[in-house]
Amino acid sequence: MINTIINGKNTDVDVPPDTPILWTLRDALGLTGTKFGCGAALCGACTVHLDGQAIRSCVTPISVAQGKKITTIEAATGGDDKVGNAVHAAWVKHDVAQCGYCQSGQIMSATAFLKSLPHGKQPTVAEIDSAMAGNICRCGTYTRIRAAIADAAKAIA
Amino acid sequence: MLPNIDYSELPRALQHILNRDNPDVPATPSRRSFLKMAGISGFALGAFPGMVLAQSTNAAKPLGPTQQPSAFVEIAADGTVTVTINRLDFGQGVQTALPMILAEELDADWAKVHSKHGNSDGAYVDPVMGLHLTGGSNSIKNSFTQYRELGARARAMLIAAAAKQWNLDPAQLRTTAGEVIAPDGRKLGYGELAQSAMEQAVPETVKLKDPKDFRLIGKPTNRLDSVAKSSGQQSYGIDTHLPGQLTAVVLRPPVFGAKIATLDDSAARGVHGVKAVLRVPLDRGAEGIAIIGDGYWSAKQGRDAVKVTWDTSGVEKVDTKKQFAQYRQLAKQAGNKYFDADVTPISTAAKKIHAEFTFPYLAHAPMEPLNCTVKFNSDSAELWLGSQMPGLDGMMAARVLGLKPEQVKVNVQMAGGGFGRRAIATSDYVFEACSIAKAVKTAGLDVPVRTMWSREDDIRGGYYRPAQLHQASIGLDAHGKVLAWDHVIVGQSITAGTAFEGFMIKNGIDNTAVEGMREPYDLPMKLTVHHPKLNVPVLWWRSVGSTHTAFVMETLIDEIAHASKKDPVAYRLEAYGDKHLRHRAALQLAVEQSGYGKKALPKGHAWGVAVHESFQTVVAYVVEASLKNGKPVMHRATAGVHCNLAVNPRTIETQVQGAALMGLSMCLPGAAITFKDGVVEQSNFSDFVVPRITEMPEIAVFIVPSAEPPTGMGEPGLPPLAPAFANAVYKLTGKPIRQLPFNV
Repeated sequence: MINTIINGKNTDVDVPPDTPILWTLRDALGLTGTKFGCGAALCGACTVHLDGQAIRSCVTPISVAQGKKITTIEAATGGDDKVGNAVHAAWVKHDVAQCGYCQSGQIMSATAFLKSLPHGKQPTVAEIDSAMAGNICRCGTYTRIRAAIADAAKAIA
Repeated sequence: MLPNIDYSELPRALQHILNRDNPDVPATPSRRSFLKMAGISGFALGAFPGMVLAQSTNAAKPLGPTQQPSAFVEIAADGTVTVTINRLDFGQGVQTALPMILAEELDADWAKVHSKHGNSDGAYVDPVMGLHLTGGSNSIKNSFTQYRELGARARAMLIAAAAKQWNLDPAQLRTTAGEVIAPDGRKLGYGELAQSAMEQAVPETVKLKDPKDFRLIGKPTNRLDSVAKSSGQQSYGIDTHLPGQLTAVVLRPPVFGAKIATLDDSAARGVHGVKAVLRVPLDRGAEGIAIIGDGYWSAKQGRDAVKVTWDTSGVEKVDTKKQFAQYRQLAKQAGNKYFDADVTPISTAAKKIHAEFTFPYLAHAPMEPLNCTVKFNSDSAELWLGSQMPGLDGMMAARVLGLKPEQVKVNVQMAGGGFGRRAIATSDYVFEACSIAKAVKTAGLDVPVRTMWSREDDIRGGYYRPAQLHQASIGLDAHGKVLAWDHVIVGQSITAGTAFEGFMIKNGIDNTAVEGMREPYDLPMKLTVHHPKLNVPVLWWRSVGSTHTAFVMETLIDEIAHASKKDPVAYRLEAYGDKHLRHRAALQLAVEQSGYGKKALPKGHAWGVAVHESFQTVVAYVVEASLKNGKPVMHRATAGVHCNLAVNPRTIETQVQGAALMGLSMCLPGAAITFKDGVVEQSNFSDFVVPRITEMPEIAVFIVPSAEPPTGMGEPGLPPLAPAFANAVYKLTGKPIRQLPFNV
């Protein structure tokens, strides 16, 4: 039994400790907003926050999260997280998604990135690209991702 | 996606083929099928009894299932309008554009419009082609008038209901944004009228709006699914979760079509969560092992624990290094002739171009790995998957499960990309998922099964854009005028051996291999084609034949322009003359907007241009590129698009940007599937490389204004991008690029 705090809720999960966080979320807990893309930390579709840090949940065993906080896309937007809400609003305003499958991971990476910036700092395109280079989008939404992140950064400044 | 052909004979041909294989399939969808659609979450207009009345009073030409509003629009008491789309949305935005078209004629309040996917019911076939299909960039092109008429019919029924209530002549009433309005200003909302509207007759003929009165069509509109997709709430096929459901992962042979030699599954059976390990038949006569687990992880752990040896003795083992040598040998032989011309002037021509092009196999690699969930009861089955051809997939399911086609329902799920991989004549992964469901049932587990592919399964699982060899010999006079062009294409046929063969292959030539050749240039070209048979499953990849023909044509046109000492834009405009006005308009728009020929470029930068028509849409690119440490870099692209009437300019822009990035992906290192001893050498995004945000150029999209009926938009943005980039690099290096990915 692993004990973690998932999206603010104290949660006991009964899965083998080497089960990746991704499959714990998706198959054991029914939190399917976090996506499976590559299983090898290459595409970023599975990005969640572990104690505030963006991690690839497809290669991180649930045992690592014992006693820690996991935040998924389900709780990153629509709650009281100012940055998460700003990112969500910018994503909708810029109509970023096409197929949308990678966007949970893109949003989790973008949110972690914006939270890592000094307050009020407006990121350059190069900084955005560098922060988002681990997240693949096959539909080609990258231009809008750049614009949405720049917009969200302004909104939280 | 499907190739760019004239589909006029397709419905009949395909029905014939399908009926031959499945005598139980009705030639046309049954009328009963759409009656079942009525009243799920609201009032499905025209479901009964008015529809029957309408048809019985005009028996000459009753409305078909694709014309009945009942299957496409539901209006709830609160005025919410839900439009069912007859296509798969996998990013291209028909989930928004089709409702826009219907809502336009319905005069709905756009703020209250939602949309949902259809299923394998007969109402959701492509109205032109007569089969369920999302492909060939056909969704808007073939359903534009259909969805307008559906909206207009529903509107007429709402007006009829209001007229009855007010005791007024329907002709006196008008509508706006979800309300019927009487001459004296009284109003009734669509929600209030929905129930009584159901009792009104479905009009056969309806008057459509004058396009100048459009409020929604043509207006850049945000996607209806933006909020769900920006908050993790959008459900995809892979998210299907039914009570008791188990997950299957398959161990497939390393060479296509191979069988199991020895199997030891004892360790796999011992893995926590593994419920069964089953031998199952796979696509192409192969055999594999399905590991059934309580989730993906246990099934995958089980798969890793299976000890197996394979019998590959009976199957061909392709080797990429030898393959092109074999193709070159084939190119020397007489092939099937697609175009004919006298090529004797080449030998004595003042100038000659001899060019050979090679293109590798390419995987589609959509972000959502393939998956299919099957609930198999004894006398029916239900499937959930993101399918581009749910009708064909349902028939395959019926065949595997021993059911009649009407006993199978395919629920179309939002898909995380596809690019053609989910439109597959052999229904490979549906065959596999149903074989597993059957084996699971036989093993005594009466539960739904979701079969899932890993990324490695996807990259190694076949159905690639076929590798191609092109050879061109061109003879020019001293001024650069083309005297003769002798061209050979060698590549596998995509449709040979499938249900599409009968009308795609003519004189031994698969149309998907040659589409995009020669046009729009008036050239004396001889084109011969060879289709070698190899043990590699191949498939259409976004824009199909144009993925290679556009590159060959548009880079050679630049070489010819160079030989003629003409500017590449001027050369093309002259070639279009007054015959190809859409090409001209698209190119001129891209030239104007990019500043080509006017704007000074930074030192070391060069322009590149290419234009190509596919799926009846013309896209022109003007790109700007440079070399960084000797490697080509594309900085920006300006697109001129001629797609006739632009229904949703916002999704057209994103389709062009996405297609451009996919076109760019073909140029970059790592964009190739290669074989050694029959085994795919790549496995994941580490070695089958796709572009990341760091490689994304600026892509500005401009649309030529037009009021003509819309043409395809999902694919046409792809073909001209790579040749435009290559032409810019040619200008920088003086050496033409004739290999993809670029060998610079």
